[in-house]
Amino acid sequence: MSEDFSDNKTIQAQSSETISGGGSGITPDMDYVRPAEVGEQDLYHGHSFITKWIFCQDAKVIGVQYFLLATFTGIIGLILSWLMRLQLGFPELVPFMTAEHYYQFVTMHGMIMVVYFLTALFLGGFGNYLIPLMVGARDMVFPYLNMVSFWSFFVAVGVLLASFFVPGGPTGSGWTLYPPQAILEGTPGSGWGIMLMCISLILFVAGFTMGGLNYLITVLQARTRGMTLMRMPLTVWGIFTATVLAMLAFPALLVGALMMSLDNVLGTSFFMPTILKAGEVLEYGGGSPILFQHLFWFFGHPEVYIVELPAFGIISDLISVHARKNIFGYRMMVWAIVGIGALSFFVWAHHMYVSGMNPWFGFFFATTTLIIAVPTAMKVYNWILTLWRGNIRLNTVMLWCLGFIVTFVNGGITGIFLGNVSVDVPLSDTYFVIAHFHMVMGIAPLMVIMGAVYHWFPLVAGRFLDEKLGKWHFWLTFLGAYSIYFPMHYLGFIGVPRRYFEMYDSPYVTSAVGMNEFISLAAFIVGAAQFILIYNIIKTLKTGKPAGHNPWQACSLEWLTPTVPPEHGNWGDRLPTVHRWAYDYSVPGAKEDFITQTTPPSEVAHTKVEKT
Amino acid sequence: MSDFKIEGYELKPGFKGMAKDTGSDQTMFKGVHWGKAMMWIFLLSDTFIFSCFLISYMKGRGSTIIDWPNPSEVFGLHVFGVDVPLLLIAIMTFVLITSSGTMALAVKYGYEKNKKMCGWLILATAIGGLTFVGMQAFEWGKLIHEGVRPWENPFGAPQFGSFFFMITGFHGTHVSIGVIFLFIYAYKTFAGHYDEGKRGWFTTMKGDYVEIEILGLYWHFVDLVWVFIFAFFYLW
Repeated sequence: MSEDFSDNKTIQAQSSETISGGGSGITPDMDYVRPAEVGEQDLYHGHSFITKWIFCQDAKVIGVQYFLLATFTGIIGLILSWLMRLQLGFPELVPFMTAEHYYQFVTMHGMIMVVYFLTALFLGGFGNYLIPLMVGARDMVFPYLNMVSFWSFFVAVGVLLASFFVPGGPTGSGWTLYPPQAILEGTPGSGWGIMLMCISLILFVAGFTMGGLNYLITVLQARTRGMTLMRMPLTVWGIFTATVLAMLAFPALLVGALMMSLDNVLGTSFFMPTILKAGEVLEYGGGSPILFQHLFWFFGHPEVYIVELPAFGIISDLISVHARKNIFGYRMMVWAIVGIGALSFFVWAHHMYVSGMNPWFGFFFATTTLIIAVPTAMKVYNWILTLWRGNIRLNTVMLWCLGFIVTFVNGGITGIFLGNVSVDVPLSDTYFVIAHFHMVMGIAPLMVIMGAVYHWFPLVAGRFLDEKLGKWHFWLTFLGAYSIYFPMHYLGFIGVPRRYFEMYDSPYVTSAVGMNEFISLAAFIVGAAQFILIYNIIKTLKTGKPAGHNPWQACSLEWLTPTVPPEHGNWGDRLPTVHRWAYDYSVPGAKEDFITQTTPPSEVAHTKVEKT
Repeated sequence: MSDFKIEGYELKPGFKGMAKDTGSDQTMFKGVHWGKAMMWIFLLSDTFIFSCFLISYMKGRGSTIIDWPNPSEVFGLHVFGVDVPLLLIAIMTFVLITSSGTMALAVKYGYEKNKKMCGWLILATAIGGLTFVGMQAFEWGKLIHEGVRPWENPFGAPQFGSFFFMITGFHGTHVSIGVIFLFIYAYKTFAGHYDEGKRGWFTTMKGDYVEIEILGLYWHFVDLVWVFIFAFFYLW
């Protein structure tokens, strides 16, 4: 990096007048940024309604499209969870709720929330909107491919939801889709349901690959002048690393889904062992169900971090902006993200402790699983140290951030329980597991999404979301989520198994009955509270307080566009030049408590700003 | 590209250069076309797909209860009264690897802006690919005729048929897609789209000879994957 700037330690320049352009050699130029390597990007500007808003090639519009469709799918997932809680809290209250329906709802809820909601929202939604803006690009590098990516996702969602209307309904094999039961008669949706699920996943992976290539190349090859990798906001680092994981993990899901559909449609036996059913030997034989589990979890565990890493990145930025402090240990944060990403490929079999494995194998995976706690804990400490003695604005965004940290620590600690083979075996398939993963990769990333929505809504729409409604939304969600998931830990300890349609009169779980009712009531309230956000968005789109330029006094590039909201091409005539990282908050000696990334060093030469 | 230069930036060779480029602004891979970088990363992802296929195959073959058929018999051809093992596969592999050679030459002539040679070599590559797909279809036909199906196999474990048709089918699809693009690119080369920088039909991006190299990367990859499939299916 040092070659890009003249040696500015010796420079005493106090104002920009002494600065001449382009490193003439007479005055060493501290504001020099070397010229652009790549020519201006050639953009296709839409002219009609269809090319501007529907088949649009602008990453920002595509991001919003992803956001809306993922939210729509997420609301379906939410409604499914209500139905499940209705059955669990008040069995036999709903007449149409059969065991088959219950399992179908469990499956669809899980798959929708993990893949079609969280993954699509973080990478497709925030990734598309923020990456080009934050690295100072005009758009994603392949806008056409980006558009096709969204429409593949659209078709994938369509196919997924179509499975509600096919004979037999959607698959009811649990979101892990384990064979052999996923395609055997007797499991709901064993014919059409599982097939549509597999097709939908394949379409999702194909669409995601197109989007993912865009995110990666935009970050690697299309940064603006002066934007080094180590000056990127952590949001970009999180989304970038998550995309790398996705590019390497989704292939396993694709292969698994393809082989499963062949087992289902053509009658191959990749995953199907010899099966006796009612005294009759089925056509299948010789396959390995464990193989699917390996393929699935080789995707499934990185998938956790595909959701989690963008959340880590976004939360770091939000905390830094709203605590008016630079992120503590930026480089450590970057390496922690990369390290977690790399480690996430070596832990997958901790989901399979009860599948039966060599004890040494379990030992290995328990060890790697616990090692992941190290970079993760580093991140948590760094968030807390960022807040430490910060000038904290206790607004809605900050509340969501604090909620995230607490929730993530909670979920992380139960993760240490479950990472150990000897503790996992008795807790496996109980509500403890449900509580753990909902805390750590359900509620925690959701809080980040909410925080990010309140934070970036002024950029996308030009207006602030209502703070009062936002605080109601936060407190209902936060307290409600804890009312749901804290008791579930206890349910798990007393041995209530997950994925049971009804407890009936099992004597050892009588104490669970009241608790289940309480959890269900809390779930209804939390679910309903989410509609406060939708109301808030609709209300403030028209009547909200105008945000103006850079309303949070942030340093990063996305707030520094000439127009708010940014238009197609993002930067008007000239691309921005970057002189520093995105975290110069509360620098001693500076006029304001933030120095934007584009502020040239000569303007802040008198301050104690560090060279980044 | 040793004469490649960037204004205001000194390129260094080896690991030092790599570290420097990684730490620099704007681009990580200096002077690399966006599309080319994309193709490399796509191929990395695709490598994981084929790896998953082949590892599944190894696992499947390792855990069947019925014996795996003998590849030299199953894939053998009966020519002029003699049983020749792996004859067809040898020819297929030869054709595909030769097509990689013509592809590499096409890239060279492309960068030299030799439209005619470039176009003919792409066409030759496409015909090589087409021949490969044709021979693969013949082989599938032969095996199907002998009673091998994805779900059953008269020579041994049924998983043989399942894995064989799935993996060679997936690879064959890759080759076929490549062939389609080769024909399109041959047309575009002859029509001079890369010389004038004519915009693409869908992407509205300007044409450039680098596109031929990008397609070449894909083609060599498909070729390389075939080498692995060849080793795992026919030689094991």
